[in-house]
Amino acid sequence: MTALKSVVRVGIADLNIVREPDTIRTSGLGSCVGVVLYDEKKRIAGLLHVMLPDSSLGKSDKLNMAKFADTGIYALMEALKAEGVRPLSLKAKIAGGAQMFQFGSSDTIRIGPRNVEAVKKELGRLSIPIVAEDTGGSSGRTIEFDPATSILNIRTVNAGTREI
Amino acid sequence: MSTENPITDMHLDVLKEIGNIGAAHAATSLSQLLGRKIDMHVPNVRLVSFDEMFEMAGGPEKIVAGIYLRIEGDLSGSMFFVLPIESANHFIQRLIGDSSFDFNQNPIPEMGVSAMQELGNILSGSYLSALSDFTGLNIYPTVPSLSVDMVGAIVSFGLIEVSQYSDEVIVINTRLHEEDEDGSSSVDGHFFLLPDPPSYLTIFRSLGVL
Repeated sequence: MTALKSVVRVGIADLNIVREPDTIRTSGLGSCVGVVLYDEKKRIAGLLHVMLPDSSLGKSDKLNMAKFADTGIYALMEALKAEGVRPLSLKAKIAGGAQMFQFGSSDTIRIGPRNVEAVKKELGRLSIPIVAEDTGGSSGRTIEFDPATSILNIRTVNAGTREI
Repeated sequence: MSTENPITDMHLDVLKEIGNIGAAHAATSLSQLLGRKIDMHVPNVRLVSFDEMFEMAGGPEKIVAGIYLRIEGDLSGSMFFVLPIESANHFIQRLIGDSSFDFNQNPIPEMGVSAMQELGNILSGSYLSALSDFTGLNIYPTVPSLSVDMVGAIVSFGLIEVSQYSDEVIVINTRLHEEDEDGSSSVDGHFFLLPDPPSYLTIFRSLGVL
């Protein structure tokens, strides 16, 4: 019997986990960064849609872990651990962090690059290697990861589709 | 908005009135500019999740021409004028008198980019000056910037400020619409006004509803 493939969707400031044969996808990344953590052998992956670099920016009493690079990556790693994945076997692929407009308030103008820096710093802290990345530029991205092949598919409006 | 100051239905009605006044002025400017009547719908004002906000504009992957500008002064916030590509093409073709103009071209012809930014200038200027007259607040728009890309990528930029306070955003959404002589829809777009959370209090205070 062949299993029916389905696509798990992750919204903005959200995270989720997927196992082969399903794939996982997030749409319309601009300055946000999509972070995929995966275990190649177990064919399981998690995807996080980061909006802000650091949870210290949060001014609300309710903390949405998935919104920030520091808390979100940690939360995603914990969720994968709960599925029996060893942190040492995790690898990462990241995409996004574009600069969609050339101006904004002083906080927001460099938010894309700042998100990318924060994601890299946190992955470094957790000793998770970045295998591939497609970051920066000024285009939006839709990304989809397949845990069966460890391929991240990236679609943009102007530059077409590529795989990393 | 902190829990001590919940937004009530009355507050949402006040924001709706603000959208009404602003959009009516913008519609008049637009109709004059194009020499034809553009319908603006009564704005709807809702507190929605970020994902719901993208759905309002056609879904996160929908490709649009989006004009973005910041509002500064007594109030701060973001404003978007979002048109699906077909609608944006229609608009600009008519405005510059060139029926071959297409936002799908890469690079986009400079004439069209300028015209679209000028359109953003005129619309946001008339919207915000009406808002300024009504509230007595000083409000200045920044120069508008254009991006042709996915809705999620464009609009999320305007959610960065809000996202530091909340996982939800108050959207003052006005739909604009125009039908051709044959009844087909030629233009269908949205104005989104997203005040930064600290500015809600400023608006309510200026109108004496706090």
